[in-house]
Amino acid sequence: MDKQLDLLQGTLDMLILKAVSLGPLHGYGVLLRIQQISKDRLEIQQGSLYPALYRLEHQGWIASEWGESENKRKAKYYRLTAAGKRRLQTESEKWNRMADLIAGILDTKPEEI
Amino acid sequence: MTFWNSLGSWFNATLRRSRMESEMDEELRFHIEAYAADLVRSGVTPDEARRRARLEFGGVERVKEEGREARGVNLVESLVRDLCYGASNMLRTPGFTAITVLTLALGIGATTAIFSAVNPILFESLPYPQAGRIMTISEFGPEGSRSRVAFHTYRELAERSRSFETLAVTKTWQPTLVTAREPERFDGQFVSAGYFRALGVPPFLGRDFEPSDDRFHGPHVVILSDALWRHRFGGDAAIIGRQITLDDNSYTVIGVMPSTFENVLGPSAELWTPLQYDPGNISDSQTREWGNHLRMAGRLQPGATIDQARRELKTIAGNLVPEFPRPPWASHEQGFIVNSLQDDITLGVKPALLAVLGAVLLVLVIACVNVTNLLLARSVRRRGEFALRTALGAGRSRLIRQLLTESLLLSALGGVAGMVVAQLGVRALVALSPAELPRVGSITVDGPVFAFGVGVTTLIGLLVGLIPALRASRNEPQIALQESSQRTVGGHRRTRNALVVVEVALALVLLVSSGLLLRSLHHLFAVAPGFDASHLLTMQVQTYGRRYDDDATCNRFFAQALEAVRNVPGVSAAAFTSQLPLSGDADIYGVQFENASNTEDVAPAFRYGVAPGYFETMGIPLRRGRLFNAQDALGLPMRPVLINESLAKRRYPGQNPIGQRIRFGGSPNRPWDIIVGVVGDVKQTSLAVSQSDAVYVTTAQWLWADGTQWLVVRTRGDAAALAPAVRQAIWSIDKDQPVVHAATMEGLLAASAAQRRFALTLFETFALVALMLAGAGIYGVLSGSVAERTREIGVRLALGATHESILALVVRQGMTLTGIGVAIGVAGAAVASQAIAAMLFGVSPLDPVTYLGVIVLLAGVSVIACGVPAWRAMRVDPIVALRYE
Repeated sequence: MDKQLDLLQGTLDMLILKAVSLGPLHGYGVLLRIQQISKDRLEIQQGSLYPALYRLEHQGWIASEWGESENKRKAKYYRLTAAGKRRLQTESEKWNRMADLIAGILDTKPEEI
Repeated sequence: MTFWNSLGSWFNATLRRSRMESEMDEELRFHIEAYAADLVRSGVTPDEARRRARLEFGGVERVKEEGREARGVNLVESLVRDLCYGASNMLRTPGFTAITVLTLALGIGATTAIFSAVNPILFESLPYPQAGRIMTISEFGPEGSRSRVAFHTYRELAERSRSFETLAVTKTWQPTLVTAREPERFDGQFVSAGYFRALGVPPFLGRDFEPSDDRFHGPHVVILSDALWRHRFGGDAAIIGRQITLDDNSYTVIGVMPSTFENVLGPSAELWTPLQYDPGNISDSQTREWGNHLRMAGRLQPGATIDQARRELKTIAGNLVPEFPRPPWASHEQGFIVNSLQDDITLGVKPALLAVLGAVLLVLVIACVNVTNLLLARSVRRRGEFALRTALGAGRSRLIRQLLTESLLLSALGGVAGMVVAQLGVRALVALSPAELPRVGSITVDGPVFAFGVGVTTLIGLLVGLIPALRASRNEPQIALQESSQRTVGGHRRTRNALVVVEVALALVLLVSSGLLLRSLHHLFAVAPGFDASHLLTMQVQTYGRRYDDDATCNRFFAQALEAVRNVPGVSAAAFTSQLPLSGDADIYGVQFENASNTEDVAPAFRYGVAPGYFETMGIPLRRGRLFNAQDALGLPMRPVLINESLAKRRYPGQNPIGQRIRFGGSPNRPWDIIVGVVGDVKQTSLAVSQSDAVYVTTAQWLWADGTQWLVVRTRGDAAALAPAVRQAIWSIDKDQPVVHAATMEGLLAASAAQRRFALTLFETFALVALMLAGAGIYGVLSGSVAERTREIGVRLALGATHESILALVVRQGMTLTGIGVAIGVAGAAVASQAIAAMLFGVSPLDPVTYLGVIVLLAGVSVIACGVPAWRAMRVDPIVALRYE
């Protein structure tokens, strides 16, 4: 598939939580991590990342602190909180259930009805 | 946990604002620079890398704004910012703001004021326990009106009826209280013992009246009002049992009513004393106990209904028992009128109040329509602004919140101004209120109604205000930014046109109603009262004190007083009468005609006990026979009487009534009275009521001496100016006799139409407001349309259209709207005017003159409203217009 996929509404939060669950990241790092995991198949509006980060932090699912980047610059790092971990867990389960359900429906063949 | 987190985050974000901002700046800068560095590593030139990094990141400001929002900063901060922005916006368009706030204020204020006045009168239950069970019972009067009852009738009902827990009767009392200071006249009531029990309010100090107090020649006891007790007796609880002097008699105070007691049957009464009528001697119909002059009220038994009471009283009325014989004027042939007390006291004013209520609701609707129109017009103008803000990164919710804030700000201002209008309005209403209006004391600005008015207009403001925000954020901003897009404007224009049509139609309804009332009032004042009202001074002279219990003394006092008044310089004639036209008196007695086939045929007529000279003073014309002379005041074997013209015509058609005999107001075995003259008809009740059968006798020859009489004085100059001199003349005979209710006859004439005038004043005010709002609406729509069509007009002019044709174009648009509105309005007015039919006099609800006049007026106003935009359109410079966009 050549074209990059647009993000489904509401899935960005889940991806961010997943990205930071693998280790603390700064904002740009989150972007890179998602692109890396998705093998560049997802299009994320760079700017839209930050309101999402702030929202997640506001809700207490991630926490931030200032640290130093790979090239010795000051950067803000986000890490998953305990609440965020639980949140990611439930969101993933919900997503998987939904994905199975939708996939099942789409795979339905005429003779199965 | 999460809650505390959010709170902390919000706290940090709000209170440590600058740190958060700089951190956010730094974080975003880091992102863009890191990305640019990565791009450089992949071989892009540094300049190109920075450009692409910034481009792909998107709008930094928008991200920051959304970031702030995500942290909840905006709750307080953006509200303050929105308020400031909204306020500066309102200041930038002072005309729009002023008109909107004024419209809201008028709509909310007028509605609140009227509702505040009407609510306690018509809708709130009276301030008594189980007020719905309190009834009034009346006799049938002339033309189905309610008439008072006689004491023996009350006794019969009290004895025979089972529907009522308590029945009570009352009449007015005007005692003079003598204290160390000076004698002072108070309003009071004679009441039967059960009066306060019928109302359900006992005295808070002392005791209520008992049946033992209310017996013939019973003890002199009195109950005081709270106000009188406080002001004249210092609120001293030891007042109970004390003696006070009223009219030369000593009374024992037995109780004080609570301050909360509202006495709707006698609002000004401050003292109450038992009636103490004589229950014996029922067969003598000449006694006061058989006079229909008492108001009767009763409290229904628990569980009894008004219909049961009506049925029961009808049965009693139709079933004569030997213990309770009845004279002809209390035969109860038609039964009794039973009304709830609430209906009874509001009966006279209800049509006017409901009409005024309807009118003010129309005003509120017009105000709402106008505000909608103004906001719509503004929203069209602001599309560009919102498109720009959207393009600069304002989110949809952000815009909506901004508009909500602005709408609320407008509503708040409108509400505050509306409160001022409501306060002034209520005060004006109370000042203007006709004397018939009950419960005026309980009129205050009604909070819930005010809240309702503010709520309705706020809601409209919110809904209408939201349109531009929704549109701006939904549409592609770049389309909206190009002002030439007229697609959306078309829809708005249709809506606004429809709204103007509604405004014109509603204004027409109000204008027609007030026009009809105005013409009614003119017709009413064109009615001849039957006497010459100019230069006529009137006042009531009362006698008090034991020495006037003697009829001869009483008559002598009035004769001497009259002599003294006639000698006052400036007085050309003067006379006394027992009842005065248009004063509210209704002293009615039965007339028996000698020529009638049936002795039971007794007709009611107003009784005037007059001094010779009364007709000359009043200017009542003599039609046949002669007037009274000095000899008539002496005791002649056959009493001479005068009757009025309409009575003469009806009873003696084609005959000469002079010399015919009648029997007026006495027992059936009294000698006949002889008719010596016929005089012109006089309006007694009001100018609008034609019922005016009257019989005149001389004061000296009436059954008793009238202790209270009206003085009428014909003056050479200004009537009112002579009042002090006339009063002094009466006091020169006896300085202790109260002289009250001094007024000019012209004043009484005006007062008799007070209710109509009251309704008219309100309707005129509302109609004027409606007319102004409709004019403003037409003006607003046309100027908006001209502004939007500047380019089109420019093209037309460039293609050779004349200025006149442009003028016609705009005026035609305005007049079309007016025309449609008028057509709808005429239909509406034809329906609405039926509601005020009861208040009309001499005018049909479909009076063509009124309708035509109103249409011409409305057309004139809309021509003026069209004029300015049309003139502006005419002056459009095609070159400027075509370059404009």
